[in-house]
Amino acid sequence: MTGSPLNPRDWSSQPAYIDSAYRSTALRGPTRSLIPAKPALSALAGPVFGHDLLGELDSNLTLNGRKDNDPLGERIIVTGRVLDENGRPLPGTLVEIWQANSAGRYIHKVDQHAAPLDPNFFGGGRCITDGEGRYRFLTIKPGAYPWGNHVNAWRPNHIHFSLFGHHFATRLVTQMYFPGDPLLLLDPIFLGVPEKSRNRMVATFSIDETQEGYALGFVFDIVLRGANETLWETHR
Amino acid sequence: MSAGKPALLGQTPSQTVGPYFAYGLTPQQYGYAFSSIAGSTMAEASTPGIHIRIEGRVFDGRGDAVNDAMIELWQADSNGHYARDHGANSLFRGFGRCGTGTHAESKFWFDTVKPGVTGQRQAPHINVTVMMRGLLLHSFSRIYFDDESSANVTDEVLSCVPEDRRHTLLARRVADGVYRFDIHMQGDQETVFFDL
Ligand SMILES: [Fe+3]
Repeated sequence: MTGSPLNPRDWSSQPAYIDSAYRSTALRGPTRSLIPAKPALSALAGPVFGHDLLGELDSNLTLNGRKDNDPLGERIIVTGRVLDENGRPLPGTLVEIWQANSAGRYIHKVDQHAAPLDPNFFGGGRCITDGEGRYRFLTIKPGAYPWGNHVNAWRPNHIHFSLFGHHFATRLVTQMYFPGDPLLLLDPIFLGVPEKSRNRMVATFSIDETQEGYALGFVFDIVLRGANETLWETHR
Repeated sequence: MSAGKPALLGQTPSQTVGPYFAYGLTPQQYGYAFSSIAGSTMAEASTPGIHIRIEGRVFDGRGDAVNDAMIELWQADSNGHYARDHGANSLFRGFGRCGTGTHAESKFWFDTVKPGVTGQRQAPHINVTVMMRGLLLHSFSRIYFDDESSANVTDEVLSCVPEDRRHTLLARRVADGVYRFDIHMQGDQETVFFDL
């Protein structure tokens, strides 16, 4: 099935594949030019995920790993809209997240950072955007962690995001950062993105989303490639 | 391409999937207590079509197998219909996900059906997304089949690829129903990746 062709990826907003400041890119980023696909191929619709795949607590990370107590750390609400470049909301699209706990430790078996695991926190979650393209997670603010890329290298606080959009080509994996984090300007992964578009990955604090006596609110809107409207009009 | 109305909003940049995606994106495969939205088993025994396994490894620029990559497949059913097309086999969703961190040789594998032809000038193919630590923006590729040579020569995407690199997109039949598709991120055999 095909939808309308997409605008091209905005390469001027993307990180380069090989970035000398982020060491692991040296052997893993493709070195040859990408082969341009015909614009019509970008119209291929992507997979659809239904609510039947989700568990009741999937978007509540303060509960979905809870054993016998509340997870430790600062409760936060992370919410926003998934939009296309034309400002249209994308309803019904899957948003998956994963993150470290408040001490900066992932539950992943490979993470050996000497910070405690929280027996009541798992760190993975997901939801499907509503009719206005909105998603909402309740979670714990993730801690910073060291990552060995260079001397005294620390990742800023971040939440990993995975999105699909409505097309195969709108797939996006990104990270959400927190405003005012002093580690941002020392982080090669964040700095790998051109300066003009870096702030699109930084959430804003919102007193309106903050819940009285309970949790701080952060808003993170995500913009995926949109339909090329000119082409769409002529092909109708 | 002709410019449409200027976009209102800037595209959110990509970041690496990092080393710790497994408990969020492929939890069941890695043994975490969280259900997976998709996995390696894309077809059930009852799914119509030719049942095949696709397996392979991801190699870095030094030729080492990558053990923290994640591969996603997106394909049509055996009749050439994608899952939300009218008439698509409702048992077959066409989407699979596999990490390379649970197999002793860092393999990924998918049990699926051979896709049908989706349209004119299209040989049977599977869309591939590759992610890993150290890859700041995922890579798009395509799997074609080495036993479809007459269809492959008519394919409009393969024909955009320089002839001497087309073989990097061919899954090789290594046993009955088993195809091998290795992904080389760099080097002489670098897999063709598309700007989709
Ligand atoms: Fe991380």
